[in-house]
Amino acid sequence: MEKSYLEETVVNVKKRILYMSNACGQRTHLGGSLSMAELLTVLYKEVMHYDPKNPSWEGRDRFILSKGHCVLAYYAVLAECGFIGEKDLATFQQDGTLLGAHPIMNMEFGIESSNGSLGQGISMAVGLAKAAKIKRESHRIYVLIGNGESNEGAVWEAAMLAAQWKLDNLTVIMDNNHMQSDGDSQNIISSNEMQEKWKSFGFQTVEVDGHNVGAICDAFRIDPQEKPKIIIGNTVKGHGISFMENNNEWHHNRMTDKLYAEALKELGGEL
Amino acid sequence: MEITSKNARQWSRFGPRATYGMTMYDLVEKDERIYALSADLGGSSGLNRLMNAHPDRYMNVGIAEQNLIGVSAGLAKEGLVPFASSFAPFITLRCADQVRMNMGYMHLNIKTVGLGSGVSMGGLGNSHYGLEDIAFMRSIPGMTVLCPADCSELVKAVEAAAQYEGPVYIRLTGEPGMPVIYDTEYDYEIGEAITLCEGGDVAIIATGSMVYTSLKASELLEADGISCSVVDMHTVKPLDTDTVKKLAVASKLVVTVEEHSIVGGLGSAVAQEISAMDSPPRLLTIGLPDSYLSSGSYQYMLKRYGLTAEDIVKKVISQLF
Repeated sequence: MEKSYLEETVVNVKKRILYMSNACGQRTHLGGSLSMAELLTVLYKEVMHYDPKNPSWEGRDRFILSKGHCVLAYYAVLAECGFIGEKDLATFQQDGTLLGAHPIMNMEFGIESSNGSLGQGISMAVGLAKAAKIKRESHRIYVLIGNGESNEGAVWEAAMLAAQWKLDNLTVIMDNNHMQSDGDSQNIISSNEMQEKWKSFGFQTVEVDGHNVGAICDAFRIDPQEKPKIIIGNTVKGHGISFMENNNEWHHNRMTDKLYAEALKELGGEL
Repeated sequence: MEITSKNARQWSRFGPRATYGMTMYDLVEKDERIYALSADLGGSSGLNRLMNAHPDRYMNVGIAEQNLIGVSAGLAKEGLVPFASSFAPFITLRCADQVRMNMGYMHLNIKTVGLGSGVSMGGLGNSHYGLEDIAFMRSIPGMTVLCPADCSELVKAVEAAAQYEGPVYIRLTGEPGMPVIYDTEYDYEIGEAITLCEGGDVAIIATGSMVYTSLKASELLEADGISCSVVDMHTVKPLDTDTVKKLAVASKLVVTVEEHSIVGGLGSAVAQEISAMDSPPRLLTIGLPDSYLSSGSYQYMLKRYGLTAEDIVKKVISQLF
């Protein structure tokens, strides 16, 4: 079956993820970057309003990558959307780079905030959403969090307040790949029943297959209900690369040249 | 707000928290960017009048200090000026990483206010004392740390913080009825120490509640024939290094006095500065001990831990002779 434009973009994003990881010659957070590729691609290509030629445009929608270690997917999508050029992309994780292993606030690249300390981006997103309400601005706020990240109590502090303040201009996106740094979340802090948890915290909840771009588009389109929304994407860590899928060795790891070639082949070859 | 003899007396009678609340009330009426936030301590921040008159300018995020700083960061990014207040350990250490990321790393225009710092929470004990807040906050790159000496200076500090672009921590010590130092208008600039009296033997550099105590100590020392300079180091960071160096050159003994642990506060900042001099003078750092403390009334605690004018005099004399 022929791939849609969005599906093709996702493949390109995943190729870029592999390329940057391989080019930097260091360990990178591959698993969690691959699991969120569809969610982020749909958000940037189908949902958000922005202008890469004027990244600080006041009317832009705001995005915060709260699970900041998964920058590979973020930079790849920003490159696909015209915020980051190839030359800068090649500096990923190199000495003195602006594109570090965790996001560094830089509006020229469309990066709203510095992240890397888990559980913090959602609080900032609540503040951004509240500010938009105060200033009667119509842009929306999106924040992407992880299931492992949601072990952090601060996530739930922010969730309670977002619901209390009825921030219907805020959409949380959860990349729920059911794994985290030390392994299977089931054996650490369960990532099951996420929808029930967020519903009980006062959110409008939508659960989707986080690798089905059509379903993700539909989830974003659901009308808000005067409350903040969360889209819980059920995903596979390392998605798209057979030897990485659900294999936590690829949480933070480095590919050999041979494995890089194999991984690229699975995605259909070079970009 | 204007400093007059009458206002200064009134603010002192109300105490630092009520003065903070009054200053915020005045500021939100003058500047639409300013918002007061707290983690369920609006009343304890002296903000009741503001909360009643301008409910849309006050945000209670619930008892959640980490989120308080994160939400303030989002507001600050959009051009608003959040002032977030809570008891000193909770607004600094409880949310230390949020302070580091948002006020430090991202250098966002957030103001935080540490209520009841030092041992001014009295009988509430160590969980509520501000023993380490200066040490932590001054370790954050780009941070400004203000410790007003009386309620008039508190007004100045809050007003200056509102105008200043960048993260600021304002540390409140003292209690209702605290002494007045400034009862007329004066020039207050962040980072510029104020010399309250000049003398050639000993230079006392004090901050917060200890400025007045140091002035009293200097009077007692003068009576013993020892002349003192007393400096109000209201800004612990960035430190007024010119003033510190001038004092260090002109004095046999430099003394720092603070209602904070002797580790990492004003004494440490001054030590770092003068230790780089060619011929540094002797340095005596007076503060709270490097331990958790007993508990009791504010005045009991100050006496017990040697933060009275008489104790300062004894320590200074022991260094000189």
